[in-house]
Amino acid sequence: MSGEERIAAAFEAAADEGRAALMPYMMAGYPDRETGLAVANAYADAGADLIELGVPFSDPLADGPTIHAAATEALGAGATLRTALEVCEAVADRVPVVFMAYANMVLAHGGSGKFAEMASAAGAAGVIVPDLPLDEAGEVREAFAGEGLALVPLLAPTTPAERRRQICEAARGFVYVVSTVGTTGERTEIPAALTELVEATKAEAATPVAVGFGIGTPEQAGQVGEIADGVIIGSRLVRAAGEGGSPRGAADAVGSFLAETRDALGAGSIQ
Amino acid sequence: MSAIEQRFGPYGGRYVPETLIPALDELTAAWAEAREDAEFIARLEQLRRDFIGRPTPLYLAERLSERVGSRVYLKREDLAHTGAHKINNAVGQALLAARMGKPRVIAETGAGQHGVATATACALLGLECVVYMGTEDIRRQAPNVERMKLLGAEVSPVEAGARTLKEAVSAAIRDWVANAATTHYVIGSAVGPAPYPALVRDLQRVIGEEAREQALAAEDALPSRVIACVGGGSNAIGIFTPFIDDAEVGLVGVEAAGEGLDTQRHGASLQGGVKGVLHGSLSSVIADEEGQILEAHSISAGLDYPGVGPEHAQLRDSGRASYVAVTDDKALAAFQELSRLEGIIPALESSHAIAWLLENALEGDGFDVLCLSGRGDKDMAEVTARVKPPSELI
Repeated sequence: MSGEERIAAAFEAAADEGRAALMPYMMAGYPDRETGLAVANAYADAGADLIELGVPFSDPLADGPTIHAAATEALGAGATLRTALEVCEAVADRVPVVFMAYANMVLAHGGSGKFAEMASAAGAAGVIVPDLPLDEAGEVREAFAGEGLALVPLLAPTTPAERRRQICEAARGFVYVVSTVGTTGERTEIPAALTELVEATKAEAATPVAVGFGIGTPEQAGQVGEIADGVIIGSRLVRAAGEGGSPRGAADAVGSFLAETRDALGAGSIQ
Repeated sequence: MSAIEQRFGPYGGRYVPETLIPALDELTAAWAEAREDAEFIARLEQLRRDFIGRPTPLYLAERLSERVGSRVYLKREDLAHTGAHKINNAVGQALLAARMGKPRVIAETGAGQHGVATATACALLGLECVVYMGTEDIRRQAPNVERMKLLGAEVSPVEAGARTLKEAVSAAIRDWVANAATTHYVIGSAVGPAPYPALVRDLQRVIGEEAREQALAAEDALPSRVIACVGGGSNAIGIFTPFIDDAEVGLVGVEAAGEGLDTQRHGASLQGGVKGVLHGSLSSVIADEEGQILEAHSISAGLDYPGVGPEHAQLRDSGRASYVAVTDDKALAAFQELSRLEGIIPALESSHAIAWLLENALEGDGFDVLCLSGRGDKDMAEVTARVKPPSELI
């Protein structure tokens, strides 16, 4: 199966259970290599439907303070793209992995074709490039498609309707709807206008539609799961991984948060 | 209406979160309209004349010329209001923000020059102003922090990374992502996502337009070379642009070699960088093999930046401009030499251009025009910490 097909299958499996897919985010190498690996395995054990895997970058413009600080700490602990590939290799046969990598990381390793080869060899299913909007994405999308990788686009509340149609048309894997105007990070409330945005996107996209940015509690995940095909949780889990104190502690912390979140999404227990 | 460049050859573009794209579209449209609107242009020209103090002189530096062995004219941006060319951009963009109906303006600053210029322009136009500044820079540049506050701006400390300019730009962009509906981001150099490199160049080209006219009036000829320092590259692109079609005029950009181009500690993004994306555009950046952006280093805070405007990367590739580099030590020596030769204390940034000129005299007839981008009073603390007191020199 191609990466795109594996992503589709993961969303379908969740839909068959009558719920949204759960997609936890993690930062590779945060707070260190071992903990990153433990967190990825804990995500798979806890029933994540897909994993969004952050590649640490020095200047992450789309990220709020929590993920930015995690990237800085991971880099300080020696994380590289290799660290992220290793995490992917460890869990990709259990859960589809979608990289989240900034444009400079995709271009630096010999260009997008080379990045696609490496990600594909590590078993990745797709890539999100948060600073590569539609107009800049053509070449990268083709390079990724050549390796069976889906380039997942982001769509924001500020995106005009015509552009939203174009983004949906170009989407591979799924459409990542940014819930709020701003960077990543926990928020106290889910914006009221989100329902409308998700409905409009679902009507135009041939792929599933997942929502991320600002979802920090199982209740919020449950709320978003009512309207979207998938729910992405980032900063809250990154914080838990950082506070775990050890690989085991981090794994337990993220595992129990995901278990609660699965309940909130109406998922059955894990076999 | 002429189009605003999105790309300069392969460079430029808009590598930003999707959320910002509509704001960049709006800004592009607003600038395309404003720059051809007679009323806007008249207001900008009036402020340039009466508030900034333009045109700035093109000054024949006689003792410097004697020392170098050929005629050197200094374009005196140090005499512009607030003491540097940064005000040209800040006033233009603040005027544009007001025209767009954005009541709030944000900016980043390193040494504080762009922050002070933006705070000044916002005071002039009655706009709310927030300036992002790394805490390390806040510590080093206390007088400029006080100036910004006096001008009514809020200085917002940035704790991330090395707590300097690169992180301040990132913090400003993050603010803009969240607040673009009410806020205009006044970026300080010819960097960032389109349309900023073109917008900032358009607002800084007044330097070159004046210099070209003044040179023709003084010499009845065009200069052999136009020389400017390059950090992000706004004063350089400003003075280069009107000369680009004059094939006989050499364009020389002087980057910061810091402790040496062969060390990791420099700010020469064009000569010691790789093709990459930083702060929204594809250009030449100082990065490691992994793609991580590295901290730049220069004695001059204004050149201490690991990126450069995309148009400079194109001018480098095409060979239309040549780029050279000068170390901290040579810039420091030039800082003192110009002060003593001409009674002009140059900014450490501009001192890089002076230093290159001192070692690369013009051969044959002709003359040079050098952009003295700012005054050096702001650098006194840095300089006195690095060199012996003047009384002990010589």
